Amino acid sequence: MVMKEIDDWDIDIASKSNLFDLKLKEVWQYRDLILMFIKRDFIALYKQTILGPLWFIIQPLMTTLTYMVVFGSIAHLSTDEQPKILFYLSGIVFWNFFSASLLKTADTFSANAGIFGKVYFPRLTVPIANVCTTFISFIIQFTLFIVIYIIYICIAEYRPDISMAILLVPVLLIITGALSLGLGIIISSLTTKYRDLKFVVMFGIQLLMYAAPIVYPTSMVTDPRLHILIQLNPITPIIETFRHSMFGSGSMNWFFLGYSALFTIAILICGIALFNKVEKNFMDTI
Amino acid sequence: MSKPVIKIENLSKLYRLGEISTGMLTNDINRWWQMNIRGKEDPYAKIGKVNDRTQNAVDGEYVYALKDINLEVHAGEVLGVIGKNGAGKSSLLKILSRVTAPTTGSVKLKGRLASLLEVGTGFHPEMTGRENIYMNGTIMGMRKWEIDNKLEEIVEFSGVAKYLDTPTKRYSSGMTVRLGFAVAAYLESEILVVDEVLAVGDAEFQKRAIGKMQEVSQGQGRTVLFVSHNMESIKRLCTSVSIFDNGQLSMMGPTLEGINQYLQKFHIEKNSWHKKDELNSEIGSSSEIDIHSVHIISNEVDEILTNLSIIEVEIKYSIKIKDDRFRFVFSLLNSEEIELFSASDFYLNTPKEVGNYSIAIKLPVFLLNKGKYIVRIRVDIPQTRVVVKSHDYVGFNIYHIVKDQIGVMTSLEPKGLIHIPVEWEMR
Repeated sequence: MVMKEIDDWDIDIASKSNLFDLKLKEVWQYRDLILMFIKRDFIALYKQTILGPLWFIIQPLMTTLTYMVVFGSIAHLSTDEQPKILFYLSGIVFWNFFSASLLKTADTFSANAGIFGKVYFPRLTVPIANVCTTFISFIIQFTLFIVIYIIYICIAEYRPDISMAILLVPVLLIITGALSLGLGIIISSLTTKYRDLKFVVMFGIQLLMYAAPIVYPTSMVTDPRLHILIQLNPITPIIETFRHSMFGSGSMNWFFLGYSALFTIAILICGIALFNKVEKNFMDTI
Repeated sequence: MSKPVIKIENLSKLYRLGEISTGMLTNDINRWWQMNIRGKEDPYAKIGKVNDRTQNAVDGEYVYALKDINLEVHAGEVLGVIGKNGAGKSSLLKILSRVTAPTTGSVKLKGRLASLLEVGTGFHPEMTGRENIYMNGTIMGMRKWEIDNKLEEIVEFSGVAKYLDTPTKRYSSGMTVRLGFAVAAYLESEILVVDEVLAVGDAEFQKRAIGKMQEVSQGQGRTVLFVSHNMESIKRLCTSVSIFDNGQLSMMGPTLEGINQYLQKFHIEKNSWHKKDELNSEIGSSSEIDIHSVHIISNEVDEILTNLSIIEVEIKYSIKIKDDRFRFVFSLLNSEEIELFSASDFYLNTPKEVGNYSIAIKLPVFLLNKGKYIVRIRVDIPQTRVVVKSHDYVGFNIYHIVKDQIGVMTSLEPKGLIHIPVEWEMR
């Protein structure tokens, strides 16, 4: 009887807790908060703009046009015989999703220090909301890609070799989202105390884009060592698989796709452990 | 006795002083090595010192913001947490709110805990009042449907119904605070942790906020932990208090007793301080008049004066030789010994016969600002000589400004030597 009373507590605050405790139940209880964070991000982003959400479309379109001119017309980089606009846009849309959600998640602790310092809620809600927000903008940009894709099929008599790999697209999205979440929370956890990493990320993400087949197809990389290096970028198999499924060009390699998935799982587990460790005391160090 | 809803056991919190620099990396690696590889205790926990802010911090030193706190709070109790700045109150609240984790020890809670370390946490200036109610509410752990149910009450309590669909960046600071507090007031948690959020907002809002908190604790039987420097609000709200000193719990008990002990312990003079000269039993003495005592009398039971307290200065004296020219002069000085004003009995027919007398000088309410005041009494024969004067022995402290006429202030109290009411009239 006495023992039962002792165990009757709802919340136990101690100095240590299980590093791999995802607290998913708690995150689920706070699902309304995740929705509010997403809403807040959209409102904050497009309040007092004339074009509003149109910017979601303008940005990748302008980037695509620039790439078409610089890498396509000037540098004459191959696009695997696919229409330039579709080739570049497909890469940009995926890369935008990855880099935007990574950058946003990497800022979790510093951008929300004010809220985190005042009230408790499962901290994982913030990076999850970040990935969701960027996923929504991805959907809009992806729709743009599909629209142009269909226009090409109908008007330009473009006949892509659509493969069954198209069924893998949701898996590709989950890997991309999970990878950016995992990397993002690792970076955000490490930057609470030592902010050096923030600078690395800022230019690193730009450079990383060139290590992925965004502006060139992997078929152009003939040096075997370089080829391996580019395949080691976990984003490479994702974009390759996507282009293969939509255009029929390029290669789809199950081995590298599996590597990408395993890499993502490992990063996510490390990220959550680190995040759990840091979130408890980060207010003292930030 | 009801069961405890908060149980704090051996709670400690260690902080490192000084700036974060590369030196910390070696400390971190060392700590990790000692604790995780060799299985020893935290090597820095031992050198942690009791938090004493009077001493200069050596860079890289570790201090205990809280040390071995044991505390139980029972259901329905309103516990006031008092202590000087840096006594560990905020650290305790942060740990309870799970904003930061303890270094050692544990806290166990029964039921949901809502912390109000700030009102309107998560408010985004671009979002409307309505959206911010949902934002703030969900951050505090409410579900959307809970807020849906209470939206009307929240809006009514906040009094911003008209501006509900306006972005909060267009709100005045007072409106924002009211809206934030309104959301917090309708939280359905068993335990409420409140920091000095009541220090913001105008007097009317503070009154409403305190009233709401009383309702929450007394009417709904919820447990409240309330941290404040304001003895006045502690007195009104709390059923018991705990005093923190240098990171340690120095006392826990009923409110009035606790406040008195706190004031005594930290040598904070209460209403009047009256130091008698060891050798001289009189405050002032001459061949013609002896001033026996000067006392400060107030209507405050616990002797904590506010700017609305009725304060009287009572003087006991005896006239040994009759002289009709005697004039009693009363002067009030501030802590810098600047004379604020003087008054005398020149126009009054106070008796000047030989005998023992007692006279009281009644000060107007709503006159003084917060601070320490010195009373000086002298008896003179005008334009001739001073007969006797008191030394700077007697004085009092105004602790709180319960009514002000400034509203929003940048400092804790109004500026100026005095704070008197003026009349405003539209012409």
